[in-house]
Formats: sequence, C-alpha cells, structure tokens
Amino acid sequence: MIKVKINGQEQSWDGDPDLPLLWFLRDEAGLTGTKFGCGQALCGACTVIVDKEAVRSCITSINDVAGREVTTIEGLHPNGDHPVQKAWRQVNVPQCGFCQAGQIMQAAALLMENPKPSHDQIREAMAGNICRCGCYQRIENAVHLASTGV
Amino acid sequence: MNFIDKPAKLRGFEKSIRVEKVSRRSILKGLGVTGGFVLAAPVMSRQAFAYETGAGKMPHGVVVDPRVFVAVAPDGTVTILAHRAEMGTGVRTSLPLIVAEEMEADWSRVKVQQAHGDEVKFGNQDTDGSRSTRHYLIPMRQIGASARAMLEQAAAKRWGVPATEVKAVNHEVVHSASGRKLGFGELAADAAKESVPSVEGLKLKDPKDFRYLTKGQVSIVDLHDITTGKARYGADVRLPGMKYAVIARPPVTGGKLVKFDPDAALKIPGVEKVMQVRGWPWPSKFQPLGGVAVIARNTGAAIKGRDALKLTWDDGANGKYDSVAYRKELEEASRKPGLVVRQEGDADAALKTADKVIVGEYYLPHLAHVSMEPPVAVADVKGDKAEIWAPVQSPGGTREDVAKTLGIPEGNVTVNVTLLGGGFGRKSKCDFALEAALLSKELGAPVKVQWTREDDLHHDFLHTVSVERIEAGLDKSGKVIAWRHRSVAPTIASTFAAGAKHAAPFELGMGLVDMPFEIANISCENPEAAAFTRIGWFRSVSNIPRAFAVQSMVGEIAAATGRDQKETLLALIGSPRIVKPAVKDMWNYGEPFDSYPIDTARLRKVVELVAEKGEWGRTVAKGHGLGIAVHRSFVSYIATIVEVAVDDKGKLTVPRVDTAIDCGTYVNPERIASQIEGAAIMGLSLAKYGAVTFKDGKVEQKNFDDFQVIRMDESPGITNVYIVPPAPDTPPSGVGEPGVPPFAPALMNAIFAATGKRIRNLPLGKQLEA
Repeated sequence: MIKVKINGQEQSWDGDPDLPLLWFLRDEAGLTGTKFGCGQALCGACTVIVDKEAVRSCITSINDVAGREVTTIEGLHPNGDHPVQKAWRQVNVPQCGFCQAGQIMQAAALLMENPKPSHDQIREAMAGNICRCGCYQRIENAVHLASTGV
Repeated sequence: MNFIDKPAKLRGFEKSIRVEKVSRRSILKGLGVTGGFVLAAPVMSRQAFAYETGAGKMPHGVVVDPRVFVAVAPDGTVTILAHRAEMGTGVRTSLPLIVAEEMEADWSRVKVQQAHGDEVKFGNQDTDGSRSTRHYLIPMRQIGASARAMLEQAAAKRWGVPATEVKAVNHEVVHSASGRKLGFGELAADAAKESVPSVEGLKLKDPKDFRYLTKGQVSIVDLHDITTGKARYGADVRLPGMKYAVIARPPVTGGKLVKFDPDAALKIPGVEKVMQVRGWPWPSKFQPLGGVAVIARNTGAAIKGRDALKLTWDDGANGKYDSVAYRKELEEASRKPGLVVRQEGDADAALKTADKVIVGEYYLPHLAHVSMEPPVAVADVKGDKAEIWAPVQSPGGTREDVAKTLGIPEGNVTVNVTLLGGGFGRKSKCDFALEAALLSKELGAPVKVQWTREDDLHHDFLHTVSVERIEAGLDKSGKVIAWRHRSVAPTIASTFAAGAKHAAPFELGMGLVDMPFEIANISCENPEAAAFTRIGWFRSVSNIPRAFAVQSMVGEIAAATGRDQKETLLALIGSPRIVKPAVKDMWNYGEPFDSYPIDTARLRKVVELVAEKGEWGRTVAKGHGLGIAVHRSFVSYIATIVEVAVDDKGKLTVPRVDTAIDCGTYVNPERIASQIEGAAIMGLSLAKYGAVTFKDGKVEQKNFDDFQVIRMDESPGITNVYIVPPAPDTPPSGVGEPGVPPFAPALMNAIFAATGKRIRNLPLGKQLEA
C-alpha cells in the first residue's frame, strides 16, 4: 500500500506501483486540474509540486512520491488567490487555458526557489512548459508581476 | 477613406431591424435554468442584417430568438447561451457579451451557459473559419435588443405608462419622469409573458452608448476556473462506471489490422479488456480508422496495456508514401503547366519578353495541429440513445456523425461541448468522439477514449504539403509586368472523396486566385497532386503556403531591384481599388463580395500602420534585420513586421514583432491582441520547426521532441498589436486565423535583410548554421 499526501490529504494506492502520478491524480483521485499533454515530460502540462520542487507527474510514478507531499493546482491556494494565480488573472494570460495549470505550478515553484527572478531566469525556468496558443508574453509578464507583488 | 478615424455615423445599425415572425412554440423550457423565466419571444430572423454576410448560407443558418439564448432569473441573474465552441479565441465571452451589451445587462450579473449540439435550435455551430463574430455580431445584438424591448414593455405595463417613456439601463428598467425603477429580476416573470416586440420597435443601441463592445479589457468568463484547475475540458469528464480506453490504430492511413495478440496486455494490472474497433476505408470524412482498444480502470493502465499489444498490420497502398520522394514529385509538377484557375492578360508572353524573371520555388511540409489537449471524448451509449462529452469545434456535425455511425436518429444524440484545450481545426473532425461512441455501445458502459500525443501526431488530419512556384517578370524599370503562380498540394477534398487531385474552390480562394497585386499579366495554376494521408484544415489553411510564397517573392523582387521591401510591397498592391479577379464563382470565405470586397485601400492601410507604429526603416544592430509581409485572409487585412537577430553561429532570435490588423467592426480588442500574439508564436513555430514527414507511409515524428514548437525561451522579445479602430460601415471579419500567414514570410524577409540568405524551404531548421 502506497501512501501519499495530496493537497494536505492522505491518499493510498494498492494498484500498480509504476502508475504515473498523473493518472493517479486524474483518474483515481479525481483531481483533473493537472493535465495530460505529452506523457514524456516534454510539455509541462502535468506539472505538480512535490515537496517544494516542480515535477512532471506524467513520468513520476506513484511509488516515487510515496511518503511525500504533492501539491496540485487545486491545492495551490484555498481560494485560488496565490500571487501567481492572481497575477495570471490580472494579465489575462490564458487563451484555451489547457496548459495553464502546469504553467502556474511551474511559476509557483520558481518563485519559491527564486522570489525575484530576472527576465532571462523566467524565460529559462518556464521553457519546459509549452503553450500552443502562444501566451508566452503574458506568462512572462504575469510571473514578473507575481514576483513584484500583485 | 480613413479607417483610423473614429466613426462619425453608423450606417445600418441605427435602423430598425426587420424580424420575421414565426409560429409560437408552446414550451418555454428554454435553457433549463432552475427557477428561471425564459423570455417568450419567438423572434426569428435569418437574413435581417444591416449588411449581408454568409451566415444564412451556413448549414442551419442563424437563429435569432431570445427565448433560446436568454434567461432572466427572479434574482436578476441573466443567463446567456454560448452556442459556439471555446478553443481559446474568447468566443464564449464575446458573443454573450454582445447580447448583454444590447439588452443593457450588467456583465457582472451574467452567467454563460454552453449550448449542446443542436443546429436546428441554435443555428450553425461549426466554430471554424474565423466566422463567429463576423456571422453573429448582428444576430446577437438582435437577440439582446429583443430581450431588452420585452423587459421595457413589462415595466411600462406595470407602471401604466407608454413603453416609449421607459428605458433599460444597466440591469434595470427606469421611468425617468417618475423616478421609478425595476430590476430585471423583478420584471422577469412579466417579461416572459410579453409577445414579440413589433418589427418597427426593435432598435439596436447607438454604439456611442456601448459599455463593453469595442472597449476592451473584458476578461474571459473562464479565467478564474482556468487559473484554479476547475475549468472542464474533454478529458475532465468523469461518469460513474466509466472505463478508460486507448486505441492502437493502423500506422499507415488506409491500413488494416491483420491479427493481434492481447495476452500480454491483459496481464497488465488495471487492464480489463482488449477489443477491436471498427474502422472505415480511407477516405471516409471523419470516420474512425479502426484498430484495437485496450479498456482499463485508468488511462495509465490502458496506455501500458496498449504498449504490450502484439499487432500485425497490412499497410495497404499508402505504405509507400515517402516525404523525400513526394517533394520531388511536387517540385516537378510545379515546373510544368497545370490547370489554369485565374488568367488575366498573357503571362506566358510577358514572361518571355520580360527584362528579368525572378523565380521562387517554395516548399512547405505537412504540419500537425498538436493542440495541448490531445483528442479525447467520453461517450455513454444506452440502447438507441447516445450522450457525448467532447472538445469538438462542430457539435452539430458531431451529433450528425454519431447518429449515422451508430445508426440511430439524430434526436437521440446529445453532444455536450466541453472547453477545448486548443483546436486549430483538428477538433472540427470528430473521429475521436465516434470511437468513444462505438466502444461505449459495445461495452454497454460509459467510455473515455484518450489519444496520446503520439496518436495525435500519427493520426492527425494534417495541414497539406505544398510547393508554390512563382515567376515574376520585370520590365527595364523594375516594374512587375507578369506573375505566374503554380500551387501544387494535396487537397482537403481528398479526405471526402477518393482521388481528388485539384484544390477545392475554398482552397484556391486562400491566397492564390485572390492575389491582390496590380499586375497586367497574371496566371494562377493548380497542377494535380494526389494525397496519401488524411489532409485537413489547419489554422489559416492554404493561406500559409500562399502568403509565404507571395510575400517572400515581394522580398525577392525588392532585393533584385535594390528597393525597400515596404515600398516594393505598396507598389505591387498598387492603387486603392476593389480587386475583381477574373475567376468564375470565386470563393470569398463564404461572404458576399458586396460586403467583403478585396479592398486594396485597407490592405495598404495596414501596411502603412504597421510601418509607422513598428518603426519600419529604423536602424537595427549588426546581425539584425527587418522583414515585412501583408495578407488578406478570412476577409481581414493584416500586416506584420518581424525583427530578427542572427548570430555568428546562425542562431536565430526574434527581438520584436509588430502586427496591424483591420478586422472591421470588432467586439473585444483584448482577445484580438491575444489571438495575434499567439499567431506570432504559431507562425514562428511553423517557420522554424514545423514538419511532419513520412517514411514507408508512417509519420516519423512522435512527440514534442521531434515535432518541436516554440517555447518561451525562444519566443519573441516583444509582440505589439495595433488594431485598426472600428470603421462602423465595415462588417466584422476574422481574427482567429489571419495572424498566422504573414508571419513566416516577414520572418524570412527579415532573415534575408540580416544575412543575405533567402530561405525558400520550410522549416528553417539549421539552414542558417550551414
């Protein structure tokens, strides 16, 4: 039996230990805010925070996070008012919105590690998250805004 | 004509609108909003616009009926129905916003509800072709105006005053003479009993009184849900007892399953069943390709199970499709005469006598849509009834196709439209929903079919591959006197009819025969090209290769004559005029030419505007260059300037992009800017990386590592968007697609300015590093 804390709640799994965390979250735990985009850690749509680090849940097995703390977009802030989320709304970032949960989690992890990232640091840290609609200019502006206070 | 000036008057909008009275429908269920009163106004109109659009000619046309689209609850909440699909353009916000504007509803008290697929009830729902605002601006205003008139009538009756003395203002009806006011909620029940407003009485607002339209900065209705993970996309639908399916499909288009061994798959924990999926022979429009489905308790198990399947396929006739060989065929075809689709003057003779002939042969490979959300659908089929939840651009078309595929009446099919995690044309094709329907029927349980990214790349309806060859003949003064453009590409028609080898009229009309330059001798030709895979429409469609070729050629002519790119472009566009190509039944994005002519004054205007705002001609650093391009598509006019920087090693960066768009009368400039910013990214993606290639009939790319798209670290430094302010006498035109076509040629013209290298073959790849 694998035990993992997701958004502060203890969850357990006695199925395939190799099951990617992504599918545990989405299909077993019903937390559908985390998205499937590529399955190969190439697009970042599935990004969640494990302890304090951004990880791609599509290539992270449920076994890999046993005993650890997972935060998904649903658990980032109780009212959805994390500075990154607020900045995202202020800048009107999303188009289709599908990649945005992953983008927001990546940005939140970046700001935990580096509260005042430079222009280049933002562009580098966010380069693993693809947005096919092309919202990059606004994502960059929103991360900058979140880092300077919304 | 000055398109920048603010409107002095409004032609047409201020007139009363004719509405056709149709028989009353007996049930007032409307939107099914609990406790809501639906306004009873059977007002329908199909062609009652201030200007004519092609909306009425779309399947099922337009429905103008507030009873269908608007509900007012006793607490004042106004629910407005969004009948078009949201894939990121903002249409789920923009169209209801138009209704709210016209009915004087307070936007903060409006709820938007997504319509299911029912074109008889809602009118055409095919969200494609950059059509939503252009076809629905006036109908949505009419719907709002009808609702407003009924609320005003109800208030006037209650107060015993003439309706002309009352006025709806910001969610209330006021009688200014007596200072009385009633909220929309208080009037809802009475308004629901009101009959149709008289034809003469239905007036649209004076645009000077607009609170939302054209003002900008209206956030999309799903913004909060998107940023908190609550927004519901196709894959987020979960039903009790639902099974998860992943399908192995024939790797070659038209291939067939020979045999399969499910044993290893069935041993994977969580896998419950392996079953065959019915396939249709190619081409068959959007019907499933068939294959083997693995059914499991979660998607992860289904994917792992599919990986364990042992499969034998018969690749069939398309097993020889090879992109390297096919490119040679296209190039050879482009060098020989082909079907003439536009002819003015005598291009052959003029090319022979020209002082100089510049030849450009441009190659553009297949492109995949790769929306961030791969295709996915949930189906629940019980007996002769089916319910679908899916991110589809055309819920009405999906409903039809599900009914046909299952052999049940269309009325028994419900198609619920989720948010689309990107569409770009891929999700107009509902094959994934049909697969889910077939599997659910056979399993007798709800099923979610999830496509992986590999499935998406291997079984897309790809953007066509093409060779565009242009020969431009110049006289001694450098003036272009002859123009021959041969466009060779497999047609989208080949997905609908076996053996189609020539472009359909709608493909010809996208940048080939509508070419707007003032040249005496023009020949446009379309040699044959066979298809060997599923060809479909991709954001901007044939405009991508045509604009690339035509606007690159402008850069080549500028270089050959030693003239400025922008001046060369304006000289080719020529005098301000309405272009009427000598083409029989020319396609104009489905729009009448009277409302939507090819107007070179507007084309020139966007060039001049972007040149001014984008500081054309500015001094740039060493290794930098500026490029410009303009294109009319989806009846909008758009011009782009790209600045590039190429370092010693050939590494490309894009410090700045400037784009000007004239899309006529518009609704929400905030979303127009986001569409154009995004189009620059998509344009840069296809120019730098975009290529789907075939070997032995199979797509060679698998995922985002070998089908690359632009990421943030290589995105433009800044993208500026300039919107030509609404010209009131100009009908609205497209926004979703027109931003893409001018980007790649502007980029390549900039690269030429920076390096002297002319890139004619897409994608750019490592060509600058050589």
